[in-house]
Amino acid sequence: MGFLDTLLGRTKPVQPNLDALFSLPTAAITLQAAMGFTPTGTGSVCFRATEGRAFHDIEAEVRELLSMGADAPQVEVTGDSYGFTWLVCKHSSDDMASLVTDLHAVNTSLADGGFGPQLLCTLVGFTDASGRKLGIVYLYKRGTFYPFAPQSGEHRDNALELEVRGNVGADLKTETDLSRWFPVWGAPGL
Amino acid sequence: MVRTRYAPDRGLQARMGLTMFLLGVVFVAFVIALVFILAAFKLSGGAIIFFAVIFGGGMAFGSLFWSDKIALRAAGAQEVTPQQAPQLHGIIDRLCALADMPKPRVAIAQGDMPNAFATGRNSKNAVVCVTTGLLRRLDDKELEGVLAHEMSHVAHKDVVVMTIASFLGIMAALLVRFAFYGELFGGGGGRGGGNNNNNGGALPVMLIVMAVGVVVYAVSFLLIRLLSRYRELAADRAGALLTGQPSALASALTKVSGAMSAIPTKDLREAQALNAFYFAPAFKSDTVSLSTMFSTHPSLERRLRQLSEISTQLGQ
Repeated sequence: MGFLDTLLGRTKPVQPNLDALFSLPTAAITLQAAMGFTPTGTGSVCFRATEGRAFHDIEAEVRELLSMGADAPQVEVTGDSYGFTWLVCKHSSDDMASLVTDLHAVNTSLADGGFGPQLLCTLVGFTDASGRKLGIVYLYKRGTFYPFAPQSGEHRDNALELEVRGNVGADLKTETDLSRWFPVWGAPGL
Repeated sequence: MVRTRYAPDRGLQARMGLTMFLLGVVFVAFVIALVFILAAFKLSGGAIIFFAVIFGGGMAFGSLFWSDKIALRAAGAQEVTPQQAPQLHGIIDRLCALADMPKPRVAIAQGDMPNAFATGRNSKNAVVCVTTGLLRRLDDKELEGVLAHEMSHVAHKDVVVMTIASFLGIMAALLVRFAFYGELFGGGGGRGGGNNNNNGGALPVMLIVMAVGVVVYAVSFLLIRLLSRYRELAADRAGALLTGQPSALASALTKVSGAMSAIPTKDLREAQALNAFYFAPAFKSDTVSLSTMFSTHPSLERRLRQLSEISTQLGQ
């Protein structure tokens, strides 16, 4: 926010940074090699639907786009208790590249339709042999990633999260401000 | 080409800019008038002006620096942790991620009056506070709309802007008071140097200074109120665009203002000092058109009209 923006009380909607998503496949390999976490093959895009016809048209377009093609993913749309919409894509667990391509397609469609500011985050799920769950969350507005490891009863495994950050730090641009590692409880795909 | 539905409201910005410009003009005119009056009577009112600036500046700075603590104290609010209020924190977390802004502290005030405010001199010290009455009356979507409005106040640095704007009013009021007491105790305007040899001339001078001060105070008061109303509209707009749900905020506004006027005024008087930063003004609104000139918030109809315009804009 510049001085003039403050003076005139205006906010520029923040546009998302989309391309950083493509560093996820590399990070997935690192995670598997270093910590034994494998992708679940599920990824989701979270956005805030705006009211009115225009957004719903674009949302329908996106779902249609994803259902085309030979290796079309399973797509599912769910809402959460905060009023945000989650578009969940399911691929086979070894096909991280296709998953990321699909997630990116969703983002681009929304951003091209003029709804970039409505994108909240993208989440890709991982799990290890002992059943621990881990999500890598991408924050569009910051262009950064952070780990989210939910445990039962709305607790998070901070030790695991910090360990993950240490491991994928070289592959992903991780969020340095810990106060922005906000939890996404009950996110679909985790 | 990506089209944008998030165009700023140029008309609103122009009116806001003009209001601030006029405030500046009044301020400069005030200072020049003082200098001229004192020079014409060959008097030094330097001490009085000096004290008015120091006290006025000190008060403005103090209220700015401790704004978060003062406001929380006055509202009787307690800061809450994510464990104590998970849903409230969750909504704010998501709004922060959407808007790319640091998370403010979150507080809850016990009270049946449905209201919310944001304060703090910068985004690091910002606090967003809601009353339990608001939490009880609004559903999650409406609450999100209200919080987005409050967080827009933080993003727009409205506490700083309004404090600086109020500085002029504070100073004019202090000057009137000092001039009055100065006259009362026969001090005139003199500083004790060689230039106040004529104490008899001080009386009309101080009366003139007081008159000018009163006029400046009245004009700046109206301008500050006007500016406050524009900033509310700007926060409504930014909040509605952030959530993409202008109608949820509109619904919250109708609910809150409907419930507000049902509450007896006796309870509300305590809240008056906080009014400029409240989500909806805490005293009863009446329908006399003159009252809108003195109010810190735009009328409900004006706010709803803007929100429905945004709704149309988003649907295109």
